[in-house]
Amino acid sequence: MSSMTKNKLLIYLTGVAALVLLFALPFALKPGAGFGGADDSAGEVIESLSPGYQPWFSSLWEPPAETESMLFALQAAIGAVVIGYFVGYIRGSSN
Amino acid sequence: MHIMEGFLPLIWVIIWFALSMPFVLYGIIEMRKLFKEHPEQKMILAVSGAFIFVLSSLKLPSVTGSSSHPTGTGLSSVLFGPSITSVMATIVLIFQAVLLAHGGLTTLGANVFSMGIAGPFVGWLAFKGMRKAKVGMTPSIFVAAVLADWATYVVTSIQLALAYPGASILSSFAAFATVFAITQVPLAIGEGILIAIFFDFLASSRPKMVATILKEKAGMATPESIGVAQ
Repeated sequence: MSSMTKNKLLIYLTGVAALVLLFALPFALKPGAGFGGADDSAGEVIESLSPGYQPWFSSLWEPPAETESMLFALQAAIGAVVIGYFVGYIRGSSN
Repeated sequence: MHIMEGFLPLIWVIIWFALSMPFVLYGIIEMRKLFKEHPEQKMILAVSGAFIFVLSSLKLPSVTGSSSHPTGTGLSSVLFGPSITSVMATIVLIFQAVLLAHGGLTTLGANVFSMGIAGPFVGWLAFKGMRKAKVGMTPSIFVAAVLADWATYVVTSIQLALAYPGASILSSFAAFATVFAITQVPLAIGEGILIAIFFDFLASSRPKMVATILKEKAGMATPESIGVAQ
């Protein structure tokens, strides 16, 4: 049993290492590439396909850049709290 | 990956709303049924929704130089199917459209269709198919999550190509798909790994409940039999 859990831990760790590598790689390959955003590049493609297109509706409210980062972080935090609560609940109730 | 506010002509706004709406309404009915019949599954539903929340908020850079984010819909698609997933994706998309100016209200129908319906549907179908073909549980989850992510972006490209056909719909599709798909390859794989690991944890700590949700035979529910930790 303990060797099985150990094995599993190894698999988990390998998975996490692969994840980190996957997301760190772009920084190494293209330092300073920035967070342009694929959505914005799509906007450029639209511009080239249909020159002069004006978006006919704009966001009701656009947060300043820093607020936007904060709200993105908030969104992640809400999700992370729920996941953390769940994992804690499972751990606690199985003891 | 969300189509930006105001970037879809009115006719497409109407079409995608009309296509998404029944699906989401059906999802709400299904969700209420689930709450009534299996209140014990609420927490797993919440946690799969939380994955959509976390993952779709992570803007990550990719080798192509632009950044994008995963969708996180894989877990909920596999466990609860595309209709319930579409409800949760709608909540996330409204949150992002209203508070973050990311995506948009006019493009909500189209974005719900790609991220909440098409992606989850492809993931769910792939999962069911692989399970039928006796593929192990964890690999099936991984593939389902990756495909749900890719399908979302393929559909977004189709939506944009239909709205902006340019010279031809195909060449326009190729132009949009290059923007999205390449960015999305590593992201989707990362998403697949994460969701597979979490599922593995879930299945080994709550094997019976996972088996009930997946409607597979209870006998299959031991960690060994569902292909976990081998």
